[in-house]
Amino acid sequence: MRTHTFIVNGERVHVRIEADVRLLWVLRDVLGITGPKYGCGINVCKACTSHINGKAFNPCSVRVRDIKGGDEITTIEGLPDTVGADLHPMQEAWLERDVPQCGYCQPGQIMAAVAKVRQARDEGHEISDADIDEIRNICRCGTYARIREAIKEGAKKM
Amino acid sequence: MEHRGSSEKPSSENTPHEPGRNVGRRRFLGYLVAAPTLAVAAQLGDSATAPSAASAVIPSAPEQQEIYDLNDLLTLAAKPTSNLIAVVINSDGTASFDMPRAESGQGVTTMAAMLIAEELDLPLDKINVTLADARPELLFNQFTGASNTTIAMYEPIRTAAAIAREQLLGAAAVRFSVTVDRLSVRGGVVYAPDGRTTRYGELAVRAASRRTREVDVTLKDSSEFTVIGTPRNRIDARDAVTGRKTFAMDRGVPDALPTMICRPPTIKGAPRSFANADEVRQMPGVTHVAQLATGIAVRAKTFGQCIDAVNALDVTWNPGTVDTESDDTVLAKLREAEADFGLAPGGEVIEGDFVFHFRNNAALEPNTAVADVRPDRAEIWAPLQAPILCKEQVAEQLGLPLDAVTVHVEQAGGAFGRRMFNDVVLEATEASRKMGRPVKLMWHRTDECRQGRTHPMCTSRIRATYSGDNVLSFEQLHTSVATDYTQGFGEIITAKAGQLPPNGMSNEENFAKPVFNATVNVPYHFGKVSHALEETYTYDTFPTGSVRNLVNPDVRTAQELIVDQLAATMGKDPYEFRREFIDDDRLRAVLDTVAKEGDWGREMAPGTAQGITVHKEYKGATACLIEIDCRDETVNREIRAAVTGPRVTKAIMAVDAGLAINPRGLEAQMQGGIMDGIAQALTSSLHLRDGVLLEGSWDDYFYTRLWNAPFETRVIVMPPTTGEPGGAGELGVPAAMAAVACAYARATGTVPTTFPINHGTLSFTPKPTVPPLPPSPTNGLEFTY
Ligand code: FES
Ligand code: FES
Repeated sequence: MRTHTFIVNGERVHVRIEADVRLLWVLRDVLGITGPKYGCGINVCKACTSHINGKAFNPCSVRVRDIKGGDEITTIEGLPDTVGADLHPMQEAWLERDVPQCGYCQPGQIMAAVAKVRQARDEGHEISDADIDEIRNICRCGTYARIREAIKEGAKKM
Repeated sequence: MEHRGSSEKPSSENTPHEPGRNVGRRRFLGYLVAAPTLAVAAQLGDSATAPSAASAVIPSAPEQQEIYDLNDLLTLAAKPTSNLIAVVINSDGTASFDMPRAESGQGVTTMAAMLIAEELDLPLDKINVTLADARPELLFNQFTGASNTTIAMYEPIRTAAAIAREQLLGAAAVRFSVTVDRLSVRGGVVYAPDGRTTRYGELAVRAASRRTREVDVTLKDSSEFTVIGTPRNRIDARDAVTGRKTFAMDRGVPDALPTMICRPPTIKGAPRSFANADEVRQMPGVTHVAQLATGIAVRAKTFGQCIDAVNALDVTWNPGTVDTESDDTVLAKLREAEADFGLAPGGEVIEGDFVFHFRNNAALEPNTAVADVRPDRAEIWAPLQAPILCKEQVAEQLGLPLDAVTVHVEQAGGAFGRRMFNDVVLEATEASRKMGRPVKLMWHRTDECRQGRTHPMCTSRIRATYSGDNVLSFEQLHTSVATDYTQGFGEIITAKAGQLPPNGMSNEENFAKPVFNATVNVPYHFGKVSHALEETYTYDTFPTGSVRNLVNPDVRTAQELIVDQLAATMGKDPYEFRREFIDDDRLRAVLDTVAKEGDWGREMAPGTAQGITVHKEYKGATACLIEIDCRDETVNREIRAAVTGPRVTKAIMAVDAGLAINPRGLEAQMQGGIMDGIAQALTSSLHLRDGVLLEGSWDDYFYTRLWNAPFETRVIVMPPTTGEPGGAGELGVPAAMAAVACAYARATGTVPTTFPINHGTLSFTPKPTVPPLPPSPTNGLEFTY
């Protein structure tokens, strides 16, 4: 067992745990960061979506040993800080459109949306319905219609 | 502005308002409760409304659902009990309400806050709504189901808040030495005529009662509403979007370590023995291993380590209840149980025969319960739709007196019927007792798919007869795998009927059939209308339950497909035909609305089509217009590791909930209902093979995803009609599912007879059953974007 060190939401953390434990459990069960949710553990529901160095990823399917010392993990809790505000524009858009129902999938949805907008821009276009169709996050409450609208609104302010 | 009579003089208001009961004139009874600050209680339970009659074509006699629907039963069940709920005014000027219902995303906490805000004249953000612990004294009134919450809470919450307002004003009047009628209130601030002000917070102690006594009050007339009926955002939205909203699995109960269960390879199997307990106990992070009734529980430092340990266990299993059953054997059994059609009154015949496969009722948050069992007491934290029953079951399991068990109700990450059953809590308490430690027990997603509860597989057959322009008869025979009513849902019905079935023997006669008849109806004047349910297997053969409504999504889909065929045979347009035969004015209004808003009848490309349907239930009416694209290039579009198929491109729903307390919340419920309807019509089912449900996670259980969701989803909330709120949580599903099916039939020219329509193709490789859990991948970083 060794100590793993990396950055979560702007703070350096040191965790002593077996190297193959997936990062989701390190975040949730060891560090008490509960924004990323569990919904499948096999990278298909996307409820745990967070960012690594600014890109969306699913910590349920990454071993803590594969996180390097300089890697910056951002969970929903740390998203506002990335823009130096109380809320990220995507969170504002989510509130504006009153997207959440039970709310369980929403941290993951927002993290996915932010990354998807950035990805589209990196490819030189604004987010489209086709890009949104690529988002794999499940919402069992069926908030997709509002998610679609909120992503487009949030993107405008990003 | 004072608009209500005090408890001594009758209200001077008698302006009638919306159709239905004039709430402004009735007096409602509540209680001032002896407490340090002002606390007002009111009794749960409400009154029934009579449905309006309609006239057209050959009238059908009213069906049971119309006279006495399930909500009336649920509400009546509550009547004779003493069911007090209380609104408390705090010294900081806020109001608190501990709600004896589950919040699973359906928005009932926001609804409750709005009712309080309305009657109390206090801003919404000053109202805290929490979920009450299990309160056995509420008897049957702490049960969340059948979209009943709003219907049951509407008057009691307002009554308590209205009395609180009067008491606060009374205290202010004393303080300012003026009469109450000269005071006014805005946003929790009381104004005297001379400009002096005081806040609710300052009056909370003064207005408190030293003894508990009865008072009565009149409620605001609907014409005075400023909060009810206006769109409001959810009170917990900010917590949800910041990740602060906590669920049972986020609950930091000291020492309640992650715990998971190694489950049997087939449905309802049970562990006989296991060989390597010591070895598994030595695995990284693992603290305890214990055999439970349903499997082998492992407690570890992280859930990841639980998964590894569960998969390492060497368990010998006893067979399950359905090891020899598969989709086709169940279908054969259903066919055997099917009743014969009665004598039809002559005319031409149209028949339909539809099969609806098993589907899963899991929410996104898996079953989770935290349990801390001590020798003399137990404490539980879990999302529960039937917390009182849970408390009773835990006390019974542990041999503890009822008051030694505390059950905290957590916010649920979705429910859809799943959390009526307390399976996970009983496992958690058993594990905690055997391990001597608190546990946070969570079902793995794969457990949810394979050992969770399913919507019962069923067939629905219809025979309709017609002559000329008239439909003479419409008979529906529904045959279903038995539904388990032994928990929650059933308890209420039983309480009303006063007949507890011994060991669930009367599950079918005393629960399933009455509920079927209380929920099903044919909303058209089709002459001689009848419907009946037969069940096969016993209620505990398959683990079953409702999935955001029980029978109506299937029953109504079957009906509406036949309605389209009747229309086609008579050479009529599906919309015009429905319009002509519909038996309810509210239903006709929502139908007209979707037809207009959705541009019914517009020209559509070949392979694409519209479908239009209606549904009434929960004192509400809905209509849905769907546009679907079944062209090859759409059906065969490629998305990595995904099922695509026909795509619903547009969904328009109109909803008349009687009175929409929060139109925005109602809109959300309807949108969710549309997504469920799409899933159930097109993609979402479980395949049963030799006692195993082949689906094992969200990659093979195909709930609607963004790539299958409509580009345009529009919900039109109708203005108040009855003035009485109806239920919403499950209301949207039937019309949506039926409209997708009808649109599909019109686009392809083939009437689907098996649901979901893609059930016949197994489009994935089933995950192994031993070891039971799919290991977490390690290549997550290859998919970053
Ligand atoms: S829990 Fe990580 S993708 Fe489902
Ligand atoms: S809001 Fe409940 S799962 Fe998405």
